[in-house]
Amino acid sequence: MKKLESSLKNMVLSLTGFSILAGGLLGWVNAATAEPIAQANANALSDAIAKVVPGFDNNPSEEAENVEVNGTTYKIYPATQGGKAIGAAVEASANGFGGALTVLVGFDTEGNIIDYSLLSHTETPGLGSKAADWFKKGAKGDITGKNPGEKTLSVTKDGGEIDAITASTITSRAFLQAVNNAYAAYMNKQVDSTSGASPQY
Amino acid sequence: MNNFKILINGIVKENPTFVLLLGMCPTLGTTSSAINGMGMGLATMFVLICSNFAISAIKNLVPDMVRIPIFVVVIASFVTILQMLMQAYVPSLYATLGLFIPLIVVNCILLGRAEAFACKNSPIASLFDGLGIGLGFTIALTLLGGIREFLGTGKLFNITIMPEQYGMLVFVLAPGAFIALGYLIAIVNRFKKA
Repeated sequence: MKKLESSLKNMVLSLTGFSILAGGLLGWVNAATAEPIAQANANALSDAIAKVVPGFDNNPSEEAENVEVNGTTYKIYPATQGGKAIGAAVEASANGFGGALTVLVGFDTEGNIIDYSLLSHTETPGLGSKAADWFKKGAKGDITGKNPGEKTLSVTKDGGEIDAITASTITSRAFLQAVNNAYAAYMNKQVDSTSGASPQY
Repeated sequence: MNNFKILINGIVKENPTFVLLLGMCPTLGTTSSAINGMGMGLATMFVLICSNFAISAIKNLVPDMVRIPIFVVVIASFVTILQMLMQAYVPSLYATLGLFIPLIVVNCILLGRAEAFACKNSPIASLFDGLGIGLGFTIALTLLGGIREFLGTGKLFNITIMPEQYGMLVFVLAPGAFIALGYLIAIVNRFKKA
């Protein structure tokens, strides 16, 4: 077959034809992958929740509640076992060194930190990105078991008792701020639910 | 030129990173670890094979004066398909490479091969060209990522080889990418002369 000539008619037809073809193909792939993508995102979230508040038998991601504190909305995923609350996972974010840093923190009913999971961040690789493990149990900046209600979490440089990530004080501050905010949101919700809005037992 | 020669040509003689110096942005940006470099290389290879084949197959239906927009439409479609497939089936890799996947569209290797090879050769030869160039790109990115990861953190493919405190952090950051790439190109040039 000979190559098409560059006449106006040919150009318009060819460009339109290929665009329609590409559009149709993309629409089909989009429809085919929409469900697996939603599934993968839901799995990633419920995996993270299972890690930070272990031992629940409900479906926290479906019972999520939005709580607003100082104009910011936080997502709280309540964890219950046999109908009894055992804690919650709270999603909170703060501005890190390279942009928003989102963290999922697990609290028990008293507000002690069980574990956390860094959901998304844009920190410097090799420096701030260490936040994913730095504050875990047994690591240098261990925050597990601490209660932000008794003493607000802050880095040693600011008079706190958490060791900041080496050369990443800004990231560490942002991370701890996110955890403190998560705690505030969680406590706020508990206060709300015992202040007459729901029946007393 | 037979297909095998085309394949080797893409890996050695016209290696996109070390010889043609194409696609420097993803090369420098994504290679902070060996696994990231490899993921980016393989993603680019997938798009390159598909787009080379498709462009070669439709080359006679494309009038010369609108060929660039049509090539871009074809490449962008494949990139978007890849992005959706990765999001659905390998979410963990998508989480690390997510930002760079849409940038494959503007990777000049793709348009370069479409212009220089696919629109002049048969679909099968173009497919092998895409495979060769893609493999060359993947090898180069994995090598660069491995060197940066090892020198920066003491790990290779996330396996610790030397304790992390001996790592030179600069290699994980952007300046280290330029330094490591410069030395790699120098070494490759030295071998080519010999």
